[in-house]
Amino acid sequence: MKKVKKPKLAVWKFASCDGCQLSLLDCEDELLAVADAIEIAYFPEASREEIRGPYDLSLVEGSVTTPHDAARIQKIRKESKILIAIGACATAGGIQALRNYQDVAEFTRIVYANPQYIETLKTSTPIEHHVPVDFELRGCPISKHQLIEVLTALLNKRQPNIPSDSVCLECKRAGNVCVMVAHGQPCLGPVVHAGCGALCPSYNRGCYGCFGPMRTPNMPALSKWWRKELGVKSEELVRVFRSFNAYADEFRLESDYHERATKET
Amino acid sequence: MKEQQRKHKAKRKTDTTIKSRRLKVDYLARVEGEGALYVKIKDNEVKDVQFKIFEPPRFYEAFLQGRSYLEPPDITARICGICPVAYQMSSVNAIEMACGVEIGGPIRELRRLIYCGEWIESHVLHAYMLHAPDFLGYESALHIAKDLPEVVKKALELKKIGNELVTLLGGREIHPISVRIGGFYRVPTKKELKKFRDRLEWAREASIETVKLFATFDFPDFEQDYEYVSVCHPDEYPLNQGRIKSNKGIDIDISDFNATFQEYHVERSNALQVKVRRRGAYHVGPLARYSLNYDLLTPTCKEMAKEAGLDKTCFNPFKSLIVRGIETLYAVEEAMRIIDDYEMPDKPFVDVAPRAGTGHGATEAPRGLLYHQYSIDDNGNILKAQLVPPTAQNQLVIEQDLYHYVEKYMDLPDDKLKWQLEQSIRNYDPCISCSTHFLKLTVDRE
Repeated sequence: MKKVKKPKLAVWKFASCDGCQLSLLDCEDELLAVADAIEIAYFPEASREEIRGPYDLSLVEGSVTTPHDAARIQKIRKESKILIAIGACATAGGIQALRNYQDVAEFTRIVYANPQYIETLKTSTPIEHHVPVDFELRGCPISKHQLIEVLTALLNKRQPNIPSDSVCLECKRAGNVCVMVAHGQPCLGPVVHAGCGALCPSYNRGCYGCFGPMRTPNMPALSKWWRKELGVKSEELVRVFRSFNAYADEFRLESDYHERATKET
Repeated sequence: MKEQQRKHKAKRKTDTTIKSRRLKVDYLARVEGEGALYVKIKDNEVKDVQFKIFEPPRFYEAFLQGRSYLEPPDITARICGICPVAYQMSSVNAIEMACGVEIGGPIRELRRLIYCGEWIESHVLHAYMLHAPDFLGYESALHIAKDLPEVVKKALELKKIGNELVTLLGGREIHPISVRIGGFYRVPTKKELKKFRDRLEWAREASIETVKLFATFDFPDFEQDYEYVSVCHPDEYPLNQGRIKSNKGIDIDISDFNATFQEYHVERSNALQVKVRRRGAYHVGPLARYSLNYDLLTPTCKEMAKEAGLDKTCFNPFKSLIVRGIETLYAVEEAMRIIDDYEMPDKPFVDVAPRAGTGHGATEAPRGLLYHQYSIDDNGNILKAQLVPPTAQNQLVIEQDLYHYVEKYMDLPDDKLKWQLEQSIRNYDPCISCSTHFLKLTVDRE
């Protein structure tokens, strides 16, 4: 039998919590099988070994926040046949993108005794703002089942089966009672990208947006409902949309709109 | 000047033992986050040792200002994918204290239970996947798996049990969603918990085997005179609550953290360093907890410690590996106790109304003491936040270890010495992602 060369995988980290790449190590049942099918060529969180590029597949976690990282992602793109951004930081700038709404010099001064030691960009931006990305896997954190699906799909040269509809649909399929209609709890489910399996509503909690905006969400309709039916104020709406996916376009525009509303009143 | 240089050159020619060595590791592997190591040796003397943290800052303490008092458990969990529960626990304790609420009964027990899950998951991840390869001479656990698949499979199963426990209570293992100010969004039924007990029975045996296995490894002969600091509670091995104590006389209420410890900012690190005021470096983590709270371990843990050759205190940082095994066993047994005693509360959380005030939280993350402080106003808006993670606190002691280790083992060839220095950083299970976000205004007056 002809020996097939295993595809080479690299895992890269930018500004992040490590949680998304940890998802790979958290695939306890599949990890050894993955390591059999793929050559893990660069994954410093797990191994000292460094096999040089080019790589067949790069997983990129984290957002770009420093000049050094802005240059590094260009190099990684050149070395990677397929580049997948994993998690809210890599696909929307992460929670650290809250700096994009503030004066970062002021942030650094508030925070560091010696701001001159700190080299940082004014913004935290997703990978896609810097280089072409072949696939974006959403979530804060990503779902490890979806990660396995993406790896399997790409190894078999097919499109990953990752639905881009809303948490609402997952919730209906799970047979949950709607927390918003039945319990009056604010829930982002109608506008948020599926992937978690409607986790929060299953725990009697409204969705708080880990997977970012779904495909073509109706943002104003949800905000109106929250305001009229649940009495949620504009400043709360700003906070709600400015969390882990604060810099995703739909959430950014909606939060900007409500921010203007708080200033007008 | 020239004269001096000539002399120096002449000396170099005659004395062949004089040489300058630089050891550099640009990107530390098998740690969480981005760090580097730099050591300079000249004329057989250690000239410089730097444990650098270049992980980009994320400014948590700055953007927490203006957020709601209900948000820190969700927001600060995102500081670390490996120990989100620790962040959730320190933050809920701090905010509840600010609001004048104390949580007891089954909710307090469930918090301890989810923390046990995180200890199991994090300790097994670190000990087997990140640290053990150093002792066995492999590049990674996946390399170990090629030769010893059964060991790695068992380790993964044990880690999985920790993750399952976090998921059972928190909804998912990374950034759990069920933890909230006042308790949980949903608590498990007695039956759900009982069902998990068989898994813990298996985990108990696996943890015992883990300690036995680790005890067979070779440990460098290296002991240091540490100041150990941990949360200490009169009745229980520390997790969620207690005073802060040390083996060198610290015994304070957690609200006195800043009076006793000082954060400061150095150029080589995007994480603030911390020291005991007027004294210096201190050590947090499993070895500190073990050495300060040995009496509160379960009988099986004590027995296993003895079998592994440990005394009631341990000052060899490499043996943190064994102590992680012992603490894993503790977490498993403690989880079993909590499950056996569990009575489901009537309501999954206590209502916590905001009021102006300041609160403190100090809990034991797998890698050591994690301190949070929040000030909020009457409407529950956060005015100020301070977060001091374990790795920030360990930075100084990590550098001191490196320094002393190089002094002692200078004769080793560069590649071997370099690997052992990496290993000695990994003794602390550093979470570099955590440590860079805790950045607040401190005045450097020294």
